[in-house]
Parts: sequence; structure tokens; C-alpha cells
Amino acid sequence: MNTLATRWLADWIEGLGNLFLLTLEVFRSIFSQKVAWGDVIRQAYFIGIKSQSVVLITGAFTGMVLCAQTYFQFHKVMMDTATLAVVSVSMCSELGPVLTALMVAGRVGAAIAAELGTMKVTEQIDALRTLATHPVDYLAVPRVLAGVCVMPILTLQSIAIGIAAAYLLAVHYLGIDRTYVLANMQHYTERIDVYMGLIKAVVFGAILSIIGCYKGMSCGQGAEGVGKATTEAVVYASITILISNFFLTLTLNKVFDVG
Amino acid sequence: MIEVRNLRKSFGSHQVLEGVSFQVAKGESVVIIGSSGGGKSVILKHLIGLLNPDSGEVVVEGQSLTGLNERQLIKVRRKFGVLFQSAALFDSMTVEENISFLLVREGKNSPQEIQEKVREVLEMVELSGTEAKKPAELSGGMRKRVGLARAIIYQPEIVLYDEPTTGLDPIVSDSIDQLMLRVCRRLKCTSIVVTHDMRSARRVAERILMLHQGKIYASATPDEIFSSQDPVIHRFVNGISDVKETQFLI
Repeated sequence: MNTLATRWLADWIEGLGNLFLLTLEVFRSIFSQKVAWGDVIRQAYFIGIKSQSVVLITGAFTGMVLCAQTYFQFHKVMMDTATLAVVSVSMCSELGPVLTALMVAGRVGAAIAAELGTMKVTEQIDALRTLATHPVDYLAVPRVLAGVCVMPILTLQSIAIGIAAAYLLAVHYLGIDRTYVLANMQHYTERIDVYMGLIKAVVFGAILSIIGCYKGMSCGQGAEGVGKATTEAVVYASITILISNFFLTLTLNKVFDVG
Repeated sequence: MIEVRNLRKSFGSHQVLEGVSFQVAKGESVVIIGSSGGGKSVILKHLIGLLNPDSGEVVVEGQSLTGLNERQLIKVRRKFGVLFQSAALFDSMTVEENISFLLVREGKNSPQEIQEKVREVLEMVELSGTEAKKPAELSGGMRKRVGLARAIIYQPEIVLYDEPTTGLDPIVSDSIDQLMLRVCRRLKCTSIVVTHDMRSARRVAERILMLHQGKIYASATPDEIFSSQDPVIHRFVNGISDVKETQFLI
């Protein structure tokens, strides 16, 4: 039992170390090698355009369910018009970036791991290396840059559609006064909430793409290896996003001196 | 030109290479034979730095690969062209994009020059007109030819072939052998071929190295190897299995 635990811990630490080294190599490559912007745009299209439906549906329904739940509680204490303010602040600083990142991690993180994992098991990554090409330059850098650039845009979309959907629900279904609900929302939502959401989105974009690349490039042999890498990419990216969100919230609140 | 010194490599508890040493001279055509899973491809991957040895070293043109990082290895790898066992073509790219990959990335040639070079190598491997095809549309033999075209377009000094005829019918295997000889003559490059196809080995080798139990068991000309009375060599080249190993069939 002890041996198993020791081995698991050693593997975990080794994995963490390798992930850290890959991250370093990615940043070193971005600043020291020529970036293939054509590949970045292709990846941005894949991550951004192809994730539209997932992000918009998630944003809209999250905004609406948050609006409904908030209204049911606030209505008891006659605070109906504060409903949209709660939705707006939550969507900007927490739910927008986190849920968008989780959805994109499920779609894009898995796809990156599966694609690179398949390349690994069919020796295409070895072929790249023999063609004097560093796999990090060619495979990881465009995906990480695309993830970092596209995630804030997706997050903004998710926030906007979430608030819009919540507004429609609040005004047209729940019957809250539109003037007061909008005034409260504008009063309580600050620019810093949006900045915090965007900063988180950049970090989450880096996390999900780097973990997807790492899992793909280090995947085991055969179809089983690719399947395992894909699953692990989603699970590890999601967990890392949730954990880092907590620390980011604490840090950003300190930095922006909120509360 | 290439020197392998006392190379050892294990995967987990399985020791694959147990002190492999040999040299390959410039322009020489060497074939490494040995049983499946015996470590032939592992040697090939060490020659180009795709694997790191547990101990021992590989020296290419006086430069040891030991301790070089991935970016330093890129410069050394530019001297090599590699044909992989599975051809390892990039499946999202067309034949033309696969073959021109390195030239496009280096950006030293104009698109017209690259196109002309692709046309030339495709003609050399007898696959003219396949530029726009995807790897999935090609047969096994055609994929190997495209893999070879990709490996030689930038005229490497050393070409490595990993099981070039495995999984191909005898006619296609023969055409790949002819192609390897043609490439050797045209580019005047050093060739190292890993195979267990004895007909192919006899045809393309100037010297044959036999890998047995993790070591180089024999190094000789094809005629010497094929006429050898050494029981290990004789059994291997003539495809005679050990009686003890076949008992499970009875």
C-alpha cells in the first residue's frame, strides 16, 4: 500500500515537473522563436468559432438560472430589483470565465489531447522532430497563443449573453421593473469585475491549452493511451481551472483592492 | 561518420540494448538485422536523438549527442532523413505539404522552387501527380514512397530507414529496395536500414550488422552473413526457428 502511494506521489510530482517544463518551453519559444501566426489563426478559428454554440448556450442558461434563483430568494425580502446586479457581478467575475473555461476545456482540451496523442502514437511527432522542428514550436505554441487570445473573447460573449438572457427573464417573465433593475445593475457592477473576468479567462485559456498539449504529447501507446490522455486532459484542466480560480479571486481582490 | 559506443537502454525492467557498439563510414550502406522486438528501431532512434541512452553515446561527425537538448539536436537532425516504419505522414496535410514541410518552415526557397523540388522527388519515387492527395488516400507502399520523398527532399547526408518493406507485398518491397538503391546512388548519402526482410537486406547492404540479445553479434558483408555456418546467424537468415520455441505448436 505504501509502495503504491509512494509511486503514485512520485508519478504525480514527475508529471507536475514535466508540465512546468513544457510551460517554460512554450514561453521561451514564444519569445525566442518565430511564431507561425497562420497556425495561431487556424487554432483560434477552431477554439473560438467552433466553440460558439457551446459558450453561448452555457452563458444564456447560466444567466437565466442564476436570475431565477436570485429572484426567488430576493423576492422574499422585497429586493427584486437587485436581482440583475447579482447576476451581472457573478457572471463578470466568476461564472462567465469559469463556466466558459470548463466548457472549452471539455471541447478543446479534449480535442487537443486527442489530436496530439494520435500524432504521438503514429510517430508523427517523432517525424516532426526528425524534420528539424521542435514539437513545442509547431504544436504547442499556436494552440496556447490561440487559447490565451480567444478565451477572453469567448468569456465576454458568455457574460453578455448571460446578462441579456437574465434581463429578458427578469423583465418579461418575472415582471421586475426594467428601470430599477438596470440602474441597480449599473450601480453595483464595476469595471474591475469585468477586468477580473478577463484576466481569469487569459489564465484559464493558457491552462486548458497547455494541459491539453501536455497530455497529448506525453500520451501512452495505442488507442488506450489516446483515450486516457483525452480523459485526463479534461479532468486535470477542469480541476486546475477550479483551484486556480479560487487563488485568482483572492489575489485579484487584493490587487484591485476590492471589498 | 557515425559511431555508437557501448549503448545501453532499458524500458522498465526490460534491458533492450546491452552495450551496442559499431561504426558507419561516410557513404556506407549498412543494414541492421535482428529479431522483432530485439531493439533495432531503438538503435535507430538513438542515432537521431529521439531516445536518450541509459549509458554509452552516439557520435555523429565528431559531435556527441549526449547531453544535447532538443534545440541543439535540431541542428544535428538536419543532417538526417528518416523513413519511419509507418511512414508517419502528417495526416492533416496533402502529399505536397508533407514533402515540402521542412523547406516551407525554413523559408529559404521560393514557393516555385519548393514546388519544383517536390515535383522532382515525386518523380524520383515514381509518384508524380499525387501532390494533392491526402495520406489516407494512399496505399501502404505509396505512403512509404511519400515518406522517403519527404526524407530526401532536403538532400540529407544520412538516410535512416526503419523497416522500409514491412507489411508490403514482395513486388512493392522490391520496388522500395530499388528506390533505396537509387536514392543512395543519386544523393551519395550514408544509409542505415533496419529490417528483418532478408531479401531486402541482401540487396541493399554493403555491410550487415546482426543484433542479437542486445548486442552486435556479427558485422560482415552480405555474402559472409548469408553463407555463415554460425548457428545463430544461419538460423536467423534462413528463418529456422528454435525447436524449443516451437514446442507450443505441438
